[in-house]
Amino acid sequence: MKQLTVISGKGGTGKTTLTAAFTSLTKNVVIADCDVDAADMHLILKPRVLQKEDYYGLEVARIDLELCIECKKCREFCRYEAVNKNFGVDPYKCEGCAVCTIICPIGAVSMEKRVSGLAFFSKTRFGPMAHAQLGIGEEASGKLVSVVRNNAKKLAEQYHKDLIIIDGPPGTGCSAIAAITGTDLVLVVSEPTISGIHDLKRVIELTVHFMIPTVVCINKYDINEENTQLIEKFCIEMGIPVIGRLPYDDITTKAMLQEQTLIEYAKNSEHANESEFASQVWQIWAKVEEMFIDTQDKQKMIKSLETKNL
Amino acid sequence: MKIAIASGKGGTGKTTVSLNLALALSNVQLFDCDVEEPNCNLFLGFDLEKVEDVICSVPVINQEKCDICRKCSDFCRYNALAALPDKILFFPSLCHGCGGCTILCPEKAILESQRSLGVIEKAKGGSSLEFYRGLLNIGETMASAVIRTLKKYIDDQKTVIFDAPPGTSCPVIASIGDADYCVLVTESTPFGFHDFRLAVDVVRELKIPFGVIINRWGLGDSSVEDYCKTKRIPILLKIPNDRKIAELYSQGIPFVRKMPGWNEKFLGVFEAIKSQLVGLEDVKI
Repeated sequence: MKQLTVISGKGGTGKTTLTAAFTSLTKNVVIADCDVDAADMHLILKPRVLQKEDYYGLEVARIDLELCIECKKCREFCRYEAVNKNFGVDPYKCEGCAVCTIICPIGAVSMEKRVSGLAFFSKTRFGPMAHAQLGIGEEASGKLVSVVRNNAKKLAEQYHKDLIIIDGPPGTGCSAIAAITGTDLVLVVSEPTISGIHDLKRVIELTVHFMIPTVVCINKYDINEENTQLIEKFCIEMGIPVIGRLPYDDITTKAMLQEQTLIEYAKNSEHANESEFASQVWQIWAKVEEMFIDTQDKQKMIKSLETKNL
Repeated sequence: MKIAIASGKGGTGKTTVSLNLALALSNVQLFDCDVEEPNCNLFLGFDLEKVEDVICSVPVINQEKCDICRKCSDFCRYNALAALPDKILFFPSLCHGCGGCTILCPEKAILESQRSLGVIEKAKGGSSLEFYRGLLNIGETMASAVIRTLKKYIDDQKTVIFDAPPGTSCPVIASIGDADYCVLVTESTPFGFHDFRLAVDVVRELKIPFGVIINRWGLGDSSVEDYCKTKRIPILLKIPNDRKIAELYSQGIPFVRKMPGWNEKFLGVFEAIKSQLVGLEDVKI
């Protein structure tokens, strides 16, 4: 079973739009929406939920005020300043470490489980899908990302699919790391803005750090062709293939408004530029598939990543 | 007064709004709280200097004293410690630095050392704007710790602007939780609208007064405007879907500097925020 993760560093570069398009280009796929705190894939793929389960995040400390002798030890030892003056616990600050439970001399602190979100097993018109909904302001979105990836693996086994496409979150932190570790290939969707370039470099540092083969595609390339060339030059220097460019086009929004992938939308389009756009996306997908077949090349890529020093 | 700029969906224009608002105002501090991907200084071009390392305590295990009782590895909620038959393994990137293992170890075999999670930087003196940012090290997960350290540099006498990360989870709460007002930036596409409603849930949950800036106005449909009308959410500004703005952005130029009239519009946003907050208690304007 192979896994592809689509990330970007910077938000809003087109991860979900592209990932959704890919799912309509292949038959043998399970979809995993791992942007758990702002999941959008379901808006296009309209999954039918087959099964849902509660997701338990980190536990939160609760101090029994009837027992509490106000010795203040919990406040003294809590490194997250989660215990307030009245010995209440701020659920947004508590990291669930449980140090207060071992430090309290009279055992007034307990850890409470709580439901921090929901994880779904679903079916879509392009295949099974694993997705989730994180509760508002919850900790540990990385942990929920891992749950979604696990669920996707279960679906892949159950339905005999050999590819998982993971729509990743923006950033380089806890959820992004959870979305890329152990995956076979990362596709970075970049854009030729100075922030796009900056963020691309940071995520490539991240994929190099975790030794994951990486390819790049440049979205909205014509908004600044000079920057597009800078990205291509940087990627050549890093030994990272740039597998496609897509122009600035409102087809992405139009397709989204129709709740279609852009491949579906372009099928009924009479505009030449829209069919051309879809064909470019198809070519990017074909290159991703090639990468999976050519495992020898992949080994070579890992080697080249190992020798790079960012 | 502290104003946070947040969004739910990424790439809707948080940094654009933060910068243009900060540049339009005076006596202002700008904090780039998107410590995973801080972009503000790409547009400001300030010389930055380090003011502080963000550190996290980590255990150092004296394997000679350790008798592998497993108390530490059983206790650690982050799976940062694992007991092998002959020693305890430690995985630094999973450690949250709570200190529990050091407290628990009956052999006193665990001491604490420190590990860098990231860095806090500020614009050097003489810069036109007081600017601070946090930067999370590559491979580190604890963005919230960096954001909390960054916020030590808030000056209550000033107007403070936080450029928040996208999403709705812990780094967002750490960025906007102490704000007096939150500006939600969105675009009126299906993805933008969906994530905007999640962001509205967050600010409602945190009980922060808020208003909306619609970016790329004209793109998509009228769902955000209709929703705001029904829910009586003030729309502070509409930034048109203008290729010129996108091109200036791509070059790293805040568009208030190049497009006439926009400085005044951002000043207007600030006035609108102030009047919305009049009558609410505990807010220093």
